[in-house]
Amino acid sequence: MAVEDVGSGCSSSGDQEFHVLAVDDSIIDRKVIERLLKISCCKVTAVESGSRALQYLGIDGERSSLGFDDLKVNLIITDYSMPGMTGYELLKKIKGSTKLRQIPVVIMSSENILARVDRCMEEGAEDFLMKPVQLSDVERLRDFMLRGGEEREVVGHKRKTRDDSCSSSVLSCDRDHPLSPRSVSAMAHCKPLSKRPRLLATD
Amino acid sequence: MEGNQLPCQASYMRNALFNQGYLDDQFLQLEDLQDEANPHFVEEVVKLFYSDSARLIRNIELTLENTPSDFEKLDNIMHQYKGSSSSIGAKKVKKECTQFQEYCEVENIDGCLRTFQEVKQEHASLKRKLENYFQLVREAR
Repeated sequence: MAVEDVGSGCSSSGDQEFHVLAVDDSIIDRKVIERLLKISCCKVTAVESGSRALQYLGIDGERSSLGFDDLKVNLIITDYSMPGMTGYELLKKIKGSTKLRQIPVVIMSSENILARVDRCMEEGAEDFLMKPVQLSDVERLRDFMLRGGEEREVVGHKRKTRDDSCSSSVLSCDRDHPLSPRSVSAMAHCKPLSKRPRLLATD
Repeated sequence: MEGNQLPCQASYMRNALFNQGYLDDQFLQLEDLQDEANPHFVEEVVKLFYSDSARLIRNIELTLENTPSDFEKLDNIMHQYKGSSSSIGAKKVKKECTQFQEYCEVENIDGCLRTFQEVKQEHASLKRKLENYFQLVREAR
């Protein structure tokens, strides 16, 4: 569960390094998503379950309050179907936590079930990706974080004395703020989501 | 090594795997994740698949023996196995998994039993072919 450093291919232009927490019970899928994220210049922590993820985030939160920003999580990407706690249940717990709710959550699933997608988006997921996840999906997520990161600098500066709970989030600090990234569904409108047409197709 | 830079034998085998429908686009996606720093990524993922999926196959076998009417359980395990096989681009394997799940849905135990034999056959067949393929790739380096 150690945070791994980015490979040498990502040293360009002093890019922000995003830290992504990946949650998947499949060891194969964890290996692949880890590689996808590293290629996209993200630090990755990959865990096997929702409970492990919450454990990590809880510890992370404590460290953040002590001023340790290194392990701050910028994005959570989770499988939907997992034993114990599903990705949806994890999403609900994250969005239900004042400390964690501002971390964007992306759901992955091998099943193209519209009701499932709707449920997740309504609960506050940023995006819903069909598995197997591809490099283009991850690159789009990175763009999303980059955009949110830039905007946060403005938002964060204005808000830093007001709301400490915002400090550990990258995106969506204040969804009502004119410069804040967006509402839940707007990420879908940034770029065409290659997977979306499949989601809407009737089987 | 990129797919299109392989020497003759390995390249021929690689093309055959795609043309004969053993592998799909996902295998290409994995190849794209290889570079000089991670030249064996695809082989590592495939090895991981075969070591991890052995227990899933075994679990299905045991369930078919002991509690064959537990279609929900059979479907759950197969879902996991299918997901993993999909992640390595195992096209024929995935097709048999889908068939198996369809039989689970209609609670057709004979269909499940028959299809499971196909799953195991495709699983073993692809394993052999990929082992040969990676051996050729390694020999060429």
